[in-house]
Amino acid sequence: MNAPNKSGWKPAMELSEDGMHNGPATTTGNRALMLEEPLLFEIGRKDVTGVDLPPLDPAAPSRLGGLARSEPIGLVGLTEPETVRHYTRLSRQNYGIDLGFFPLGSCTMKHNPRLNEKVARLPGFADIHPLAPQSTVQGALEVVHQLGHWLCTLTGMPAVAMSPKAGAHGELCGILAIRAAHEARGDAREVVLVPESAHGTNPATAAFANYRVEDIPATPEGRVDVAALKARLGPDVAAVMITNPNTCGLFEKDFREIADAVHAAGGYVYCDGANFNAIVGKVRPGDLGVDAMHINLHKTFSTPHGGGGPGSGPVVLSEALAPYAPLPFVRKNDAGEFYLVEEENREERGPTFGRMTAFHGQMGMFTRALTYMLSHGADGLKQVAEDAVLNANYILRSMEDILHAPFADSGPCMHEALFGDKDFGGGLSTLDVAKGLIDEGYHPMTVYFPLVVHGAMLVEPTETESKAAIDQFITAFRAVVERALAGDEALKQAPYYAPRRRLDETAAARKPKLAYEG
Amino acid sequence: MRYLPLTDTDRQAMLAKIGAATVDDLFVDVPEVARLDGPIRGLPMHAGEMAVERHMKALAAKNMAAGDVPFFLGAGAYRHHVPASVDTIIQRGEFLTAYTPYQPEIAQGTLQMLFEFQTQVARLYGCAVANASLYDGSTACWEAVAMATRVTRRSRAVLSGALHPHYAEVVKTMAKFTGDTIADAMPAITAEPDLGGLIARIDDDTACVVVQYPDILGRISDLTPVAEAAHARGALLVVVNTEPVALGACKSPGEMGADIVVGEGQSLGVGLQFGGPYLGLFAVRDPKHVRQMPGRLCGETTDAEGKRGFVLTLSTREQHIRREKATSNICTNSGLCALAFSVHMTLLGERGLRELAAENHRLACLAADRLANVPGVEVLNNSFFNEFTLMLGGKPAREIVRDLADRGVLGGVSLGRLYPGVAALEHALLVAVTETTTEDDIERLACELEASIKESVQ
Repeated sequence: MNAPNKSGWKPAMELSEDGMHNGPATTTGNRALMLEEPLLFEIGRKDVTGVDLPPLDPAAPSRLGGLARSEPIGLVGLTEPETVRHYTRLSRQNYGIDLGFFPLGSCTMKHNPRLNEKVARLPGFADIHPLAPQSTVQGALEVVHQLGHWLCTLTGMPAVAMSPKAGAHGELCGILAIRAAHEARGDAREVVLVPESAHGTNPATAAFANYRVEDIPATPEGRVDVAALKARLGPDVAAVMITNPNTCGLFEKDFREIADAVHAAGGYVYCDGANFNAIVGKVRPGDLGVDAMHINLHKTFSTPHGGGGPGSGPVVLSEALAPYAPLPFVRKNDAGEFYLVEEENREERGPTFGRMTAFHGQMGMFTRALTYMLSHGADGLKQVAEDAVLNANYILRSMEDILHAPFADSGPCMHEALFGDKDFGGGLSTLDVAKGLIDEGYHPMTVYFPLVVHGAMLVEPTETESKAAIDQFITAFRAVVERALAGDEALKQAPYYAPRRRLDETAAARKPKLAYEG
Repeated sequence: MRYLPLTDTDRQAMLAKIGAATVDDLFVDVPEVARLDGPIRGLPMHAGEMAVERHMKALAAKNMAAGDVPFFLGAGAYRHHVPASVDTIIQRGEFLTAYTPYQPEIAQGTLQMLFEFQTQVARLYGCAVANASLYDGSTACWEAVAMATRVTRRSRAVLSGALHPHYAEVVKTMAKFTGDTIADAMPAITAEPDLGGLIARIDDDTACVVVQYPDILGRISDLTPVAEAAHARGALLVVVNTEPVALGACKSPGEMGADIVVGEGQSLGVGLQFGGPYLGLFAVRDPKHVRQMPGRLCGETTDAEGKRGFVLTLSTREQHIRREKATSNICTNSGLCALAFSVHMTLLGERGLRELAAENHRLACLAADRLANVPGVEVLNNSFFNEFTLMLGGKPAREIVRDLADRGVLGGVSLGRLYPGVAALEHALLVAVTETTTEDDIERLACELEASIKESVQ
């Protein structure tokens, strides 16, 4: 056993009679460093504040049009020390990459370099207004321009739309450009083809743009069924949306053939770039016939996930789609000055489909991503992809003897290894394995996605884990899987050691309580 | 390469376990035509921390930071003082490097914070329920229109002329694709907004009326009559707020009968950041509309031991369950910005927010009075909170703004930039004043504005 604690200590597993507790109860409900924290509204007071501002002056002039607030808002405040403690205590109930291995497949939880954070906070980036005169924000426009250049070069694509605010927003940008391009030709196509293994945002995006979504089946080896796709192509198909590498962790080796067939049928190829981190610096999607692809800066380029955003989803575009890209755009003139293409000079852009957001996109993420790219360089990014793929294959081959790996015979995986719940005993499921891993100190892998594999477990180690960390994970993962295969009942109630036991999600949805009352 | 822990020895050992000779054997599925023989050309090689920092600092130095000059820009993004503790909290790795709380047992920190955030936003807006945030105010505005079309099963939205033009552009762009009809208008350059004209545009096909409060020109008006007129026609009232601090001083949209309240949360905790990431706020007054809301919702529940805890809930509305039938394709929220907002709001509390709002209004009143004394300048507004419109007596505001920047003053946002090609708006300048504005800054703007107007060619 590759024990993290050299003394060989393990927690006692003896359970109390009700199967819930071990060790004596405490008065506070705390368990040493595992501290409970009340809700803000239970500890805050309405007359307490953590900022020093001039007190209200009832005699002050008011030009609020007779709409001065008469009712209390219902907020509460804390002083600074109480605030810091409240959130610090909350933070300790969270798992993060900084704390340990976080193999959440398809989400790419890689290390977030702290230089990125430092740079994003330079006042020259953090403290500038989106509508400031362009002569006063030349450095910011240059960041957008440089990042765009990196993205185009890495993908082998001629253009990029920088404003989409997240991956799903980027998908929308690509699909809207495709619709605009078809409509400009008077070509009213109605269908978008999406593989059944696709992320849920793909069909949701296509449906939003008023397309009818049709599934494309997968082959037994986990790739798009090329014959089925080709058979469905026709004058009503506007586009295909294909994730490459796909959500089974495999490279779509027939991508070029698919793209050529789609183009021949008058459609466009949208590539979901969520998994670009597996091939960055190794393969340029532009060489595969892609027309549009979003890039999640928070995956491939290490900007923080922040507990669920903010993301950032620039979209690279082919020559055919580039004219329809949304405003605003950053350009460089002959004098070397950077400027924005906005509504007033929109004719420069051709038939843009419009605007997706109030301002210029996720500048705070652009500075972080550019910092990351400059740190790695072309050589480092290639190494990023290679190490990410190496780590995933190492996990695949270290687990396949005991855990069902449906596509293990399809060749090497890319950046993530996919497993299923076949042969689990005693009614145990993928969820139980995930919760068992929590007790072992790991954030679980992605579970029940993609839908094409029963009880899917999608493991993505990323390139920022050491071999020792991966070996330790494999040891723990194997141990939990063995318990699942053996039908170990105790796993059904895991986690035992997390800040919470399993939460009742059904009750939460049946009678939603979405705000504090009182 | 400082972010890559594998050594060559590790790599060899791992390849041996895998049964591959080289790492390129793992990329065999990439077609020949797409394989690269080395690092992509045309990009630099890896660089150390010092070199990268130097490069980025040089770029930052080319920008005029708002804190270094008298600064008066607003129009949907406001400069407020963010207490130091906000940034140290959001930089805690447990918040910064966590993912969406899909495993709630080890994500209670994010979830409890979101529950508190939802409560703060709902109360600020005078609503029952707020979601866990959207990308920004403009996308939240579109999501509100889309939700109103679902609720009413109608497809026409009436936009107030005094809605932020970029928000209106986003709504119109999205509606082009969904097939919804958007009835928009230009803002009337008048001391009071034309609510009568807005009400007259509501018809029996209208799904919602969208009104900004305070509006793009800074004016504040009672929206109760708009709510009543909308409801009488079976339409919803969507109120957009781009300055949450205003709601520390003004009546909440919910109190005036808004059905959906959306807005930009950037003012609290987030900072200017050249436009993003920002924080979309979204709330509904009536809990019966909850299941039509877009985006993530955090709800209270209990764990197997009966302990209170929090989970993401009602996810059957969302794309990862419903796929093409989802209420929105949205996948992320703006989690870290929501945390920053919530921490800042916790530091302020009821008392601090009201004091902050009062201080903004006090300084804005001072500025309006001082600037009204500049020859050729008039204040358009009868009412305002911390932002108002100046009429520059026939001088083109865009050029004045550029000239002021050359004089070292970031003097405001010209309506000419927001409404290009609209002659009636070319001479108007939006000026925002917050607690970060000093009386010296106001004096400086007044003097430079006077000089700039005097020297500008008619």
